[in-house]
Order: sequence, then structure tokens, then C-alpha cells
Amino acid sequence: MIELVNVNKSFNGKQVLFDINAIFHKGKTNLVIGASGGGKSVMLKCMVGLFKPDSGQILYDNRDFVNLSYEEVRGIRREIGMLFQGTALFDSLSVEDNIGFPLKMFSKMSAEERLDRVNFCLKRVNLENVNKKFPSELSGGMKKRVGIARAIALPINYLFCDEPNSGLDPLTARVIDNLLHDITHEFNITTIINSHDMKTVYDIGENIVFMHQGRVFWEGPKEEIRAGRSDKPELDRFIHASFIE
Amino acid sequence: MKLIFDVGRYVLFMRNMFSKPERLKVYIQRTFDEMVAIGIGSLPIVAIISFFVGAVTTVQTAYQLVSGFIAKSVIGTVVSDSTLLELAPTITCLVLAGKVGSHIASEIGTMKVSEQVDALEVMGINSAGYLALPKIVAGLFMIPCLIIIANFLGIGGGLIAGKYSGILTPEQFIIGARDTFKFYTVFISLVKATVFSFLITSISSFEGYYTSGGALEVGEASTRAVVRSCVMILVFDFLIAKVLL
Ligand SMILES: Nc1ncnc2c1ncn2[C@@H]1O[C@H](COP(=O)(O)OP(=O)(O)O)[C@@H](O)[C@H]1O
Ligand SMILES: [Mg+2]
Repeated sequence: MIELVNVNKSFNGKQVLFDINAIFHKGKTNLVIGASGGGKSVMLKCMVGLFKPDSGQILYDNRDFVNLSYEEVRGIRREIGMLFQGTALFDSLSVEDNIGFPLKMFSKMSAEERLDRVNFCLKRVNLENVNKKFPSELSGGMKKRVGIARAIALPINYLFCDEPNSGLDPLTARVIDNLLHDITHEFNITTIINSHDMKTVYDIGENIVFMHQGRVFWEGPKEEIRAGRSDKPELDRFIHASFIE
Repeated sequence: MKLIFDVGRYVLFMRNMFSKPERLKVYIQRTFDEMVAIGIGSLPIVAIISFFVGAVTTVQTAYQLVSGFIAKSVIGTVVSDSTLLELAPTITCLVLAGKVGSHIASEIGTMKVSEQVDALEVMGINSAGYLALPKIVAGLFMIPCLIIIANFLGIGGGLIAGKYSGILTPEQFIIGARDTFKFYTVFISLVKATVFSFLITSISSFEGYYTSGGALEVGEASTRAVVRSCVMILVFDFLIAKVLL
């Protein structure tokens, strides 16, 4: 479980996050939704420590990430997997070496054990025979899958995904969504997904956090959104905008 | 103002780099890879340039020393001393600032703007150390080696140019070169090579690491890396000459 308590963040005096309070549950796909520019990516980057919040707490199972020493932060980061919006695969490394990279850095596995684990992860994301390919030779959907495979290479507790299906065709987007959902339940991890895709919400959303202009407007299970019980006009507008009448 | 800010950031960057490496073996392996890239990759251009600079120096020195009262062997003295002291280390390093420096800055800059650096950080890896340290260490080993080769080829180029343009015989050249030879000159040559190599690799890594934006900014960072490395090489060239001569 990850808990945000009164998190504020500004850049050069321009406030981007306002008093964010949110809870992300273990073993569930937690979705952060909202229009572009609403602060979803900034919040995610604060949570993994790429940005430092101006104030507030970020609790990883009650460990306050913001006020830990750099060494302790690095310890928690080993429990974190992240899928970046542009996948951020290392383009100088093959698929196999990309996925094996965290293992090489942080595990004591032998080369064969690493290869086994890499192949297991590749299989888990339904990719085969791409071990020696380079990221530039892969399609968008394949890159995302390799990104997921790299994120789960080590035994992680927390998985972050920034717009995992942006830029993908609808079919591939569903495949990625389902993959993230299944992995979350299979490994019983806390998964947090940024998205502006309502289809994702209805398909795999289990706990929804709606952000608008840097504030959390609504938080709850998707069933309540479906029933039109959100009582927030901003959220209703966002939902309606997603459907072609 | 901007300059002071940048110098401060450079110092911080240098300090961040030296934290405990996650996996020494990986760092060493990366250092060897970089040594091959910097050393072997730059050998042809260094060889061509130093040979011709030596040759040109012989011809031009002969042109300037028209008086019959001066022994021909003086040309050998002038060429070998100026090659060791200035031409081989400084000119070679200015060229390497262009070749190695732009390559380092664009490589790290591209990784930065495509979030690969963030990916390293989220994994719990000290990205500054992981990316820059192997390049700096590799440069400290390889660039002085290249300068030693440049010294030989520069003096050799001078000798051969003297012979084939009928200015002086190789024997006269060698007598002149030996006449005033001091080991201290070679020492200064290597001090310059070491200092310049550190300037090139560290400034270029720094410029790459603080790139933000996209492809355009990567190009700008790469240009800035070359310009700033060249300027700093000349500044330190002067300082070293002033202090050590
Ligand atoms: N590194 C940064 N420096 C300054 N402002 C930023 C930075 N990153 C994001 N912002 C600003 O924060 C706001 C929220 O951005 P973002 O979190 O990317 O939105 P979303 O991911 O919801 O589309 C935007 O107004 C953006 O301009
Ligand atoms: Mg975003």
C-alpha cells in the first residue's frame, strides 16, 4: 500500500500539485485518471523520487519515502518497477540485456539463472524470439511489453505505469491493460497506472483516483463512476468527453 | 550569473558521481568498453593529425630560419620540443573534444531526454556515476596513451617531411631533437594530456546529463560540450604552462 499525505509540488513558483491525499491498495490496479496537464505524471514522479515534493509524506507501507536517506531510498527503489511513457528502454542494449539489467545490477544470479529469469519474464508478457533484438527494431506494443518485462524482472512490490497504452492501437492497448491487471493479481503488488483512457477504467480499474488541475477531486471504485454517482461535475465531464455520442 | 550556477552544478555533479558503485564488476566492464571506444575509435584521426602537424612544423620552421648561421639541426629541436609541449597534447585534445566530447554529450543527452536516465534512477542506480564515471576513467587511461602516440608520430612526421623535402637529413633532425631533450618536457606533455582528458570527458558528461527537452536540445548540449571543453583546455593549457615552466 502507498499513501500520499498532503503532498504539494511546484516548479519555479508555479504550483502543480495541491495537497494531494490518496491511497493506493496492494493487489489492485489503482488508476489515476484526468485530463492532460492535470499533474498525473508529476505525481507519479514524486512517488518514485524523481521529483522531491515541497511538502507532504509518501508512505510505502508506512515507510516515509521523502524523508529517508539516499541509501534507504535506493533500497525501496529495488522494490519498484516502472514502465515509462516512452518505455525508456536502453537503446544500446538488446531486449535480453535490457530485462537482465536490473538482475545484473542487484541480484547474485549467474548468467544462466539470469537468462532463465529473462525468458520467464518475456514469456509472461507473451513475447518470444526477440532476445537478441534491439529496441529500435520493435513495434510500440512490443516495446511496452519489454518495458513491463524489465519492470518485473526483480521481485517487486510496487509497479508504476505512466500512460501504458498511449500511442497504441485499441487492440494492443487492451492487451497491455489486461497484462498489467493479471500481473498485479498474480504477484500481489501495488500497481499504479496513469491513464486518460476510460476504456482502461472500465476494463481493469479497481481503485480510481481522479485528478483535475493538480487536485484530487474524487477517489473510489469504478462501480460508482459507472452508476453516475460521482457528484463531481469535473469528473462527469471527463467521462462524457470519452464517449462518441 | 549563469556561469557561476553552471560551475556549482558541475561541482555537485562531480560529487554525486562518486558514491558507492552498485556492482563494481559492471562498472569495470563498462570502463573497458569505453576504453575501446575512446582509444581505438580515436586512433586514426589522432594519427593523421599529429603526423601532418609535425610535418608542417618542420617545413614552416625551415622557412622561418633562413639564416645560414643557424645549424639545420635546430629545426629538429624546435619541432620535437613544440610537438611534445604544445602541438601533440593541445591540438590532439582539441580534436578529441570535438570527437569524443560531442559523442559523450549526445549519448548521455539522448538517454536523458528519453527518460533512460530516470529509468536508471528509479531502479536505484546512481545514474551520474553509472554513466559518467566509466567514461572519465577510460579517458584518463586512453587519452594520455593517444598523446604518447601523437608525440611519436608528430616528431616522426617532422623528420620524414624534413627528409623528403630536402630540408635536413634524419641524422641532423635527431641530433637537434636529442640536443635539448629533457624528460621534463615529456612529463608536461603527459600532465596536459591527463588534465585535458578529464576536462573533455567530465564537461561533456555534465552537459549531456543536464539536457532537458528533445532532439534539438541534445544537439545544443553536444555543441556546448565541445565549445566549453575547448575553452577550458586552452585555459588550463595556459595555467599549466605558467605553473610548470
Ligand atoms: N519538469 C517540469 N518543470 C516545470 N513544470 C513541469 C515539469 N513537469 C511538469 N510540469 C508542469 O506540471 C503540470 C502537470 O504536468 P503533467 O504531470 O505532465 O500532466 P499529466 O501527466 O497529467 O498530463 C503541467 O502544467 C506541466 O507544465
Ligand atoms: Mg503525463
